Amino acid sequence: MEVTATWYLILSALLFTMGLVGLLVRRNPLIMFMCVELMLNAVNISFVAFSGALNDVAGRTAVFFVLVVAAAEVVVGLSLVVALMRRRPTLTADDLTALRG
Amino acid sequence: MGLFAQTVVDAIDTPEVEWKMMAPLLVLAVGAIVLITITSVVPRTRRGGFPAAFTITTAAVAGWFLKVVWSGLGDHAETYGIWRRQWIVADALMIDGFTIFVWGVILLSVFLCGGLLDSYLRREGFDGPEWYTLMMISAVGGMLLAAAHDLILIFLAVEILSIAVYVLAGLHLRRSDSQEAAFKYFILGALASAFLLYGIALVYGATGTTHLVDIFMYRSTNAAGLSPLTNSSMMLAGMAMIMIGFAFKISAVPFHVWTPDVYQGAPTPITAFMASAVKAAAFAGLFRIMWEGFTYYVDDWRPVLSALAIASLVVGSFLALAQTNVKRMLAYSSIVHAGFILIAVYAVPGVTGIGGDDPSRLGIEAFLFYLLAYTLMTIGTFGVLTAAGGVDDANHELADYRGLSKSQPVLAGLMAVLLFAQAGIPFTAGFVAKFRVIAAAAANEAYILGAVAMLAAVVSAVLYLRIVVTMFLVGDELVAHAVTDTDDDAATDGVADETASNDHLGEASTPFGQVYTPKPLLLAVMLAAFGTIVLGVFPQLVEPILTDAADSLSTLRQR
Repeated sequence: MEVTATWYLILSALLFTMGLVGLLVRRNPLIMFMCVELMLNAVNISFVAFSGALNDVAGRTAVFFVLVVAAAEVVVGLSLVVALMRRRPTLTADDLTALRG
Repeated sequence: MGLFAQTVVDAIDTPEVEWKMMAPLLVLAVGAIVLITITSVVPRTRRGGFPAAFTITTAAVAGWFLKVVWSGLGDHAETYGIWRRQWIVADALMIDGFTIFVWGVILLSVFLCGGLLDSYLRREGFDGPEWYTLMMISAVGGMLLAAAHDLILIFLAVEILSIAVYVLAGLHLRRSDSQEAAFKYFILGALASAFLLYGIALVYGATGTTHLVDIFMYRSTNAAGLSPLTNSSMMLAGMAMIMIGFAFKISAVPFHVWTPDVYQGAPTPITAFMASAVKAAAFAGLFRIMWEGFTYYVDDWRPVLSALAIASLVVGSFLALAQTNVKRMLAYSSIVHAGFILIAVYAVPGVTGIGGDDPSRLGIEAFLFYLLAYTLMTIGTFGVLTAAGGVDDANHELADYRGLSKSQPVLAGLMAVLLFAQAGIPFTAGFVAKFRVIAAAAANEAYILGAVAMLAAVVSAVLYLRIVVTMFLVGDELVAHAVTDTDDDAATDGVADETASNDHLGEASTPFGQVYTPKPLLLAVMLAAFGTIVLGVFPQLVEPILTDAADSLSTLRQR
């Protein structure tokens, strides 16, 4: 059985959905943050699959840009998580309720 | 030696860069790097107001270069026809009237927020070069977004714009609110980026290109075979995801849930920056994508935009009435404004409008004018909030604003002008902006949108009047009330005592804590209020720029 681009696209969509559901369901800031990374990298699979199917290099180039952006988000996101956790070590997203109305 | 011959690589074609046309962008980017470099070697005690002065000067210089770019566009009239537009950096960026106008709005925002930040950081006792640097870098991302014509570059620009602001929102280290806001902003912003990116991937898969003009041409020439995956449902899904991504950034209902929390928790001058420059840039990006890339899908995205607009107008204006915190009220008011600007995006022409019919020009001009007016009004308002909020942004409940007209008449007067402008009272920029949007909607036969917009304007006027009334009319009895009210207000009093011990903060003392109105802040707010009135009385002042922007956008697209 031949593995076509469609398979990769389905895999990408599944991973993206897993990330989205995880982000909405999980309450640990660190795990939520990992889910965001999962979503970004799921899209990378799509880019590579399209790039192969279209025989066009632009999609593969895009992956490098996305990787750089994901790394930058890690830097900012982790430091925010550390700043929050330092204040309250057992923090979950449900505890972030000072701002509401 | 054939082996060596093979190793000779052809020179890589590097894109031709028009440095002069990129000058405003480069000035700001280089300025940010120079600022952080200089301040890292100068001792903290010697810096004084240097970072703020440097930021404001950089923004002003970049603004001056806008004029150079503006006249430079004319030089290419022969090559580019009458359109006054120019591609730079391998067709990735386009400089036209639209770009220049949005750049001007963003630079204006940096200019004014620089003044607010200086006063804020001095009061809070923070050492600030990184605040200014991050703000400038974020503005560079916004400027890129306004000019970008490639979806990948648009994604990068959105990230440059956002990541710096995530940090800025959490930079107030004493307040846990600030960090909570930053975390919420970060998670929802990253979610929006993921949606945007997936949308870009799907559009790339459907069309085989990421360039907006190629996406446009792809449909217009119906170039069969450009993508073997050609699939219009994939295209539509991609478009929808891109719209979701931008709807988060512009905080349109139902993607607005982060807005009140983040606006309330972030340091107030940063809220001003988020509400003005970040939002204007995100709108410019949405406008470009929808209008330049997805022109032929106008019948598909217009209903979505009108649904977002109506939801933002209705939900924003009604939820605003239920708030007791002034920063949250203004967050909801910014959601209502987003609804108005979405109507202007809706009112851009379809395929038939290309070539400069009246309805098309009305939409573009209304869009740009609203961005400018909204930027002035919102920075001014949040500027007043910066002063009135007190140390650690502690006093933002509506009750804290009672009698502000007694203790700070100038500040309260400016606030009243700015709030009336936001409500859309005639002879203010807010009125002209709202009028233009509704006129554009009517010209595009979107009567329901226009009607909803007018109703929302009426409902949200209650909100603004409520703040004004609180500031002016309930002063006297409240002063007495606040003096006697020492038991259940211990937290506020503690803050007041703390500020009173700081000698350099010595300004008029009020019973409800100290209101600190230093000159840079007051000047920035005055400038914003003055601009609001000037634009309201003489809206024709910006007319030539608007006309040019509409001209350059109303022409057929080509690379």
